[in-house]
Amino acid sequence: MKRREGVRLTADVLVVGGGPAGAWAAWSAASQGAKVVLAEKGYLGSSGATAPGGTNLLYLPPDPALRDEAVRKRVRDSGYLAEPDWIHRVLDQVYENLQLVESWGYPFRRDENGTPMRDHLQGPEYMRLMRRVVRRAGVTILDQSPALELLADAHGVGGARGIFRLDGSAWEVRAGAVVIATGGCAFLSNGLGCNVLTGDGYLMAAELGAEMSGMEFTRYYAPCSAFGTVTRSRLLNWATFTTEDGTVLKGGRRSELLPLLLSQGRPVYAVLDKADTEEKRNMLRHSHAIFFLPFDRAGIDPFRQRFPLTLRYEGTVRGTGGIRIVDENCATTVGGLFAAGDAATRERVTGGISGGGAFNAAWAICSGTWAGRAAARYALSLGNRTATRALRPAGRSGLAAGAEAPPELDLAELVSAIQREVLPLSINYFRSEAGLERSLERLNALWPLVHRRVPDTVRGRVRAREAAAMLATARWMYTAALARRETRGMHTLAEYPAEDPAQRHRLLVSGLDRIRVRTDPVRGNGLYEEAPAAGREAVP
Amino acid sequence: MIELVSRERCVKCDMCVRVCPTHVFDRGADGVPVIARREDCQTCYMCEAYCPADALYVGPYADRLDHPDEGELAAKGLLGSWRKTIGWGPGRTKLAAIDTTPFIDRILPR
Repeated sequence: MKRREGVRLTADVLVVGGGPAGAWAAWSAASQGAKVVLAEKGYLGSSGATAPGGTNLLYLPPDPALRDEAVRKRVRDSGYLAEPDWIHRVLDQVYENLQLVESWGYPFRRDENGTPMRDHLQGPEYMRLMRRVVRRAGVTILDQSPALELLADAHGVGGARGIFRLDGSAWEVRAGAVVIATGGCAFLSNGLGCNVLTGDGYLMAAELGAEMSGMEFTRYYAPCSAFGTVTRSRLLNWATFTTEDGTVLKGGRRSELLPLLLSQGRPVYAVLDKADTEEKRNMLRHSHAIFFLPFDRAGIDPFRQRFPLTLRYEGTVRGTGGIRIVDENCATTVGGLFAAGDAATRERVTGGISGGGAFNAAWAICSGTWAGRAAARYALSLGNRTATRALRPAGRSGLAAGAEAPPELDLAELVSAIQREVLPLSINYFRSEAGLERSLERLNALWPLVHRRVPDTVRGRVRAREAAAMLATARWMYTAALARRETRGMHTLAEYPAEDPAQRHRLLVSGLDRIRVRTDPVRGNGLYEEAPAAGREAVP
Repeated sequence: MIELVSRERCVKCDMCVRVCPTHVFDRGADGVPVIARREDCQTCYMCEAYCPADALYVGPYADRLDHPDEGELAAKGLLGSWRKTIGWGPGRTKLAAIDTTPFIDRILPR
C-alpha cells in the first residue's frame, strides 16, 4: 500500500468523532478560545446515527412543575439509577442550546399560538447546520480520518493518531485534552447510520485505563422492515402487527411476542393502517420521511400492504452503557480525557432504560457542550507544555504489522464470530445466566486473535481496530450482565426475574485482557424514592 | 445498498467520496467515482442527499441488489428523489421547515 507523508497538527483540544456530540464539543471548546481539531471517521454532516433520519429531543419549557414531574417519572422508570440533578441540568442546557440552533438558522415549526416546537430535528438539516457552525467557530475538521489510537504519557492523554482513508496517509494530532465522541457500538447490525458505530472510542479509552459503566443495559433491538435499514420506529405507533396467519399482536411495537416469534424464526408483519385518512398519511410522510423511502423504492404501500419485520440490535446506541464519567464536566478517570454522547454512559440521565431518541439526542448536545468547555479549560491551563510532552501511542490490539508479526487476522470471520454472539435474540434479548456464560466464554476465546497481523490496506487497518473494539464491547456487556443478578431497567436475566433493592448501584467494568467488575453507588435520587416496584413480569 | 453512479449525470465533484460515512467510493481514473466497497454500504442514503447532480441511486434493500435500469429510475423520478424530499437544492422548501413531527401525536390512534 502506498503511504504518503501524513499531517501533524498541534491543538488545545482534539475531538474524536463528528456526530452531534462531537460537533457540540468542538463548537463549545472553540467558544472558549481553544484551538480545536475534530477528526471524524466519515464526514461531519453525514456520519452517525443522527444524520440520516429524524431525531426527537427532550424539550420542556422552563416550568418548574412540568420539569419536576418529568424528572420524577424518569428516575422511577430508570430503575432508580438516574440522578435528578443531572436530568435537570440536561433539561436546562438543551433548552438553551436549541434556542441557539434556531438562531443559527434551523427552521423549527411553530404551533397555532406561535410557540416554537423544538422537540424534533431532521438529521440531514441539523448536521449540515452543525458542520457550518463548527467551521465558523474556527475548528479544523479532518473528514474520512478514523483515529486508530490515543497518544499518552504519565500525565494522561495527549492526542491521537490515525489514518486518512482517501489516500492512506497518516495523521497525528497532539492536544492537551481529548474528547471521545465516537458514538456507541451497534456491531454492524445495519441500523440506520449505525454501521460507523463500532465502539472505537471505548477501546481507545480503555487502553488508557478508563472504565465503562452500565454495559449490562444493552438489550435494545429496534423494529425495522426485514429488508431495509430504517430503524426509526416511531411511526409504527400507527401500525397493526400480525403473525403469518393474520392474528393481531396486542401491545403493538412493544409486544413481547415480537422478539419471541422472531427468535423462533416465525415472521411478524406490520401495516400502518391506523393512519386511516389521506390527511393522516400526509402528516406522517412529512414527519419521518426516511421511513417511507425504502417502501416507495421497493414498490410497497406501507399504509395498505403488510411488510415483514425484523429486530435490529442497537448495542450501546439505544442501550445506555459507555465510558464512565466522573464529574459534571464529563471527565473520565484518565487525565485530559473527556467523553460525550453515546460514547459516554448515559446512566445519569436514563439509568437502566433506553435513552431512545429524545434523551440520547439531548444528552449528545449537553454532554458535548460540557465536555468541550471543560476540555478547553483543561488544555488552556497546561500552557505550552503540549508540544514538548514525550507521548507514546497507547493502542494494544488490532494493530500488529510487519513481516515478523504473527499470522494474518481473518477480519470477516472475526466480525461474524462476534455477531454470532451479540445479535441473536436467543442470547442477548432472552438473557439467561447459562446462555451468557457460554457466550462470554466463546468471546473471551476470540480475544487473542486481535494480536494477529492486520491486513495492510486502509480498510483492513480500520476494520481491525473496529473488530477489536466490538469484541471488547461484547465482553464488557456480558461480563456486566452476568454481574447484575437481577432484572432492572432493560436488563433481564431469566434466573433472576425480579428487581433486587440491594443492587441499586452501577456496575463498572474495565480492562481488556482480563476484565474487572466493581460496583459504584448511585447518589442523589433518595428524594424520589418510592415503594419498590413489584417484580417485573418475566420474559416469556 | 448503493446500486449505481450515473456516468451521464456525474459532475465529478467528489462529494460522495467525501461524505460517505463508510468509505464506499473511490475516485475513478476519469474522475467518476467507483463503487469500490459496496459491501460496506449501510444504506443510509446520505450520498444521495449530498449529490448535487442526482447521479446516485441507493436501493431499498440492506443486503441485496436489484440492478435497476438507469433510464427507468430517471423516468420514475427516483434519481434524486431523496434530495427532493428533504428539500435540498435551489428553489426547494426544506423538509425541516414543513416538518409535521411536533404535531403527529395529535393523531395517535387510541
